[in-house]
Amino acid sequence: MWLSFQDPTNDPGPNFFELVRRAGLLPEFPSAQVEGVTHGTTCVAIRCEGGVVMAGDRRATSGNLISHRTIEKVFPADRHSGVAIAGAAGPAIEMVRLFQLQLEHYEKIEGSAVSLEGKANQLSQMVRNHLPAAMQGLAVVPLFAGWDQARDEGRLFQFDVTGGRYEELDHAATGSGSLHASTVIKLNFKDSLTAEEAVDLAVWSLYEAADEDSATGGPDLQRGIFPVVATITTDGFERISDDVLRSRVEQLMTRLKAQRGGA
Amino acid sequence: MSMPFYVPPEQMMQDRADYARKGIARGRALAACTFGSGILLCAENPSRMLRKISEIYDRIGFAGVGKYNEFDQLRIAGVRAADLKGYSFSREDVDARSLANQYAQMLGQVFTHEMKPMEVEILVAEVGADPADDQLFHILYDGTLVDESGWCVLGGDADVIGERMGAGWIEGGTLGDALRAAVGALAGPERTLEAAELEIAVLDRGSARRAFRRITDDEVTSLLR
Repeated sequence: MWLSFQDPTNDPGPNFFELVRRAGLLPEFPSAQVEGVTHGTTCVAIRCEGGVVMAGDRRATSGNLISHRTIEKVFPADRHSGVAIAGAAGPAIEMVRLFQLQLEHYEKIEGSAVSLEGKANQLSQMVRNHLPAAMQGLAVVPLFAGWDQARDEGRLFQFDVTGGRYEELDHAATGSGSLHASTVIKLNFKDSLTAEEAVDLAVWSLYEAADEDSATGGPDLQRGIFPVVATITTDGFERISDDVLRSRVEQLMTRLKAQRGGA
Repeated sequence: MSMPFYVPPEQMMQDRADYARKGIARGRALAACTFGSGILLCAENPSRMLRKISEIYDRIGFAGVGKYNEFDQLRIAGVRAADLKGYSFSREDVDARSLANQYAQMLGQVFTHEMKPMEVEILVAEVGADPADDQLFHILYDGTLVDESGWCVLGGDADVIGERMGAGWIEGGTLGDALRAAVGALAGPERTLEAAELEIAVLDRGSARRAFRRITDDEVTSLLR
């Protein structure tokens, strides 16, 4: 049966992860290296006026093969925060699912939302708990960003496989193309980027990353595949529609062409 | 060794029921009803922090009257059951009927087997795509499960309040209509209830996912005007 009272001295409290563990629904960690796993790659987060922009490309690879062209790696964590993932796609998406539920569960049990810092710490613990699987080739490295309602500002956090949590001031990136994407963002970042400019910068950074890194997918105008881009402001997490992204990508192409000059 | 006195089972059940009813009657009542764009949950509750009404899942709300710690324990068990079910199956597989059945089993079990029955009455409400699909499950301290239609009243004086509620409720009305009916029924002819003495939430029919929304005091005041 699902419905049961917990012993008050041994109550899991608002911790959904613990509840899942007690229900025996968590998988065991692999004991040997897992080969041929699908990997998701490049995601970026940029601070802008009134919030944060998060974006991720749509490619997943396994070895030198492209396994998915339309995978999504940027998700809402709750109303005012988002999470983006790079690494082994299966465990990563599962981690996001548990993380979303953890935040919602807390909110319902306690009657108030977790602080932004608390959310980042929760994610850090989940990544840390995942370390044994990461050692067997199933590493998951997320980005977390959100609107801090207590401080009235957008904040972003980077992680490493051990669960290390690092707050970044302006921008963060994860995944195989992160080096290239970061460079583009770093060279063009301004303190007063509007959300719209930050979206353009994120799209551009992913485009350049895709140009250099085979595991990062570029925008595909022909099939209508665009990165997942979302803004997180005081109004909450909002994903930008593909129609808008198409026009942003077309503008980017025009600009890059003009920049290059010639015929 | 002394032998315990023989108590006939009828007497024992009667005593337990009286005990539970007395406990429930000490608290204030709660009314719920469907309206055009959702379900209204309305409780007389002077406390800002200790809540009688809360969210269980996307389209499911919970309300309890009686002993606070007991219905809160039931609420938490419900949130856990719903979240676990949604996690291991799918969000759309979580439904009020299944949850209400489990609550009924649990309360029935406690009523017959434990030292004392739970002094609570609870409501599990699920908002549907149309008002006709709305569900209101009213569960009593002994596990009795009632599938109510349109509106229901929980707690002490439920009969009297229910009469007023039945008279005031308009099928498919607005939130304002529903609120005025519920607050009028709870207050009765001799009193008026202010927003600060009420705890009000709705399950919004139109919302994409989480339908539960608390109504602020300002909103309540302007709706009651």
